[in-house]
Amino acid sequence: MSRSTRLTRAGLAVAASALLLSACTGPKASGPDPTGGPVGDVSAGPLRIAVISHGTPGDSFWNVVKNGAEAAGKELGVTVEYNSDGDPAGQAKLVDNAVAQRVGGLVVSMANPDALRESVSRAVRAGIPVITVNSGEARSAEFGAIAHIGQNEAVAGEAAGKRLKTEGKRKLLCVIHEAGNIGLNQRCEGAKQGFGEASNLQVDISNPTDAQARIKGALQSDPAIDAVLTLNSQVAGNTVSAISESGSKAEVATFDLNADVVAAIKAGQVLFAVDQQQYLQGYLPVSFLKLYRDNANVVGGGRPVLTGPNLVDKSTVDTVGKYAERGTR
Amino acid sequence: MTTATLDERVGTKGLADRLVARPELGSVLGALVVLLFFSVLTDQFLTPLGVATWLDDSATLGIMAVAVALLMIGGEFDLSAGVMTASTALVTAILATKLGWNVWLAVLASLVFALAVGALNGWLVMRTGLPSFIVTLGTFLALQGLNLGVTRLVTGSVQVSGMRAADGYESAGFVFASTVDIGGTSFQISIVWWIGAAVVASWLLMRTRFGNWIFAVGGAAPSARAVGVPVMRTKILLFMTTAFAAWLVGTINILRFTTVQANQGIGLEFQFIIAAVIGGCLLTGGFGSAVGAAIGALIFGMARQGIVFARWDSDWFQLFLGVMLLAAVLVNNTFRRRAERVRK
Repeated sequence: MSRSTRLTRAGLAVAASALLLSACTGPKASGPDPTGGPVGDVSAGPLRIAVISHGTPGDSFWNVVKNGAEAAGKELGVTVEYNSDGDPAGQAKLVDNAVAQRVGGLVVSMANPDALRESVSRAVRAGIPVITVNSGEARSAEFGAIAHIGQNEAVAGEAAGKRLKTEGKRKLLCVIHEAGNIGLNQRCEGAKQGFGEASNLQVDISNPTDAQARIKGALQSDPAIDAVLTLNSQVAGNTVSAISESGSKAEVATFDLNADVVAAIKAGQVLFAVDQQQYLQGYLPVSFLKLYRDNANVVGGGRPVLTGPNLVDKSTVDTVGKYAERGTR
Repeated sequence: MTTATLDERVGTKGLADRLVARPELGSVLGALVVLLFFSVLTDQFLTPLGVATWLDDSATLGIMAVAVALLMIGGEFDLSAGVMTASTALVTAILATKLGWNVWLAVLASLVFALAVGALNGWLVMRTGLPSFIVTLGTFLALQGLNLGVTRLVTGSVQVSGMRAADGYESAGFVFASTVDIGGTSFQISIVWWIGAAVVASWLLMRTRFGNWIFAVGGAAPSARAVGVPVMRTKILLFMTTAFAAWLVGTINILRFTTVQANQGIGLEFQFIIAAVIGGCLLTGGFGSAVGAAIGALIFGMARQGIVFARWDSDWFQLFLGVMLLAAVLVNNTFRRRAERVRK
């Protein structure tokens, strides 16, 4: 027997015995999860909170959330660490990482709740208070989170659809900019509920040129479309350009604000923006977790704390616009 | 030529020279540096829970990196490998949740699908003579479209979930997604699969005739063919190995996270290649190691989670990762050049 094979065999033997000595645990099938952790560490001292979102780095929407969380951290003397990963498995690992660091509180957005189930329950079991934000409202309590802060996507979509209907629109195009995002689909479904007839269009947010061309193509191929609902401020800008290029009579409404959308609302190119005030989704959980630790307060009473929808149109755009520029709206 | 010197091919070399000639040496040193760096910098990096976190992150990446390393040593790329991890998970999830198949049956069907795509990749590359970069780019795009199109068609949504309620979930989950409790800390079973993949691939590469074929077809395919190496069969098998690894990772993911998103996996193919390159594989083929690739993945996982442990602002995350990868590759390169000198 050569030396290397002997070494391999010895290594395998050690690994096998380690496996035998340790207990294996399989994942559980459907069933109730441990919920409602005990009140966490009530001791005073510095509080550290991990905010873990599913946004991709550099996303303008999540930048506002991050700003909100950091502002609350500064005001309340709480250390806030923001991390994000668009891949659900990667996000779950970031949650595990936060648990390994024994953070004092966890804020997590659950665009893909099932993928985070194990990791979030592990945090709850470790006595870390969890608040879910933005998405995952339906599963938040089940996983043992103490509160959910966000905007109900379907409700927001419905509000947008209804408003477009009252504006006298007849045919709606709903533009989805991220293929895998279930929340965006819910918004379009909600819009359909509130509006009536609507069709969806899939574009890729990472390629604005292509997105604009596709929206233009959709408008040209169906001149009956007189309203476009975009779910992202950047896509709203693309749509405004697409409309002027194609000579369509459609009008735009959008989710989320940025400086361009503010300008477009002022100029009358965009009817209104559904603002979910995501700054609050960063700011509130940090203050809620601080209150939870220092005063055992729980907010919402099992119901989500809604940050929106708040429709921003010509009448309110001047005030809100200022804040969008500084990255807090 | 006055004295009867030993032929250099049968001469013995010193330990240092032999070490330097190993392709994985650079990655081992790199891994030690990263490990030391974050252990000193942060308190939690070396705690059992911390170790479990970065091993977990390295494991699935490592399984893929090992297979991709074999393929790269064989002189080919597979750009469809990242999306393939999502495709296999989607096939399993759709069969199990929408058609009510037993999870084991669904997993098996997904394996057949993966091997078929792998074989198709290999066959197309060999038959057309096109670079595998182009052929697998085509499969990458095709799979991406299939993932989204089929998922929306079947479920009306962009993610498939509900695996937990499917028949056979518990036993399949035990094999692919359980945790091993060591001293009160749970380690993911994927770590065992990762180590297994590295051991099997190393054995294949170093101890079998097939391993020699891999080096031969990656080093110089025409000469390999001339001496009787079945080039086509070897390369097709290598593509199927990558597809198999993608199936394994897809299965681990779907059983652990019980849900899969139609746009998952995109971009991961580059991480696999990067891990293999850090591990000492040459982009031009014919040189590299499976253990090295597994360690390359370890470096990636340690760095990715270490940065979070170090509580650095995540805005700078990719910059650090990029600089570190470049450094690792440069160190590797230096060692490889020394290694080539030693070999001459």
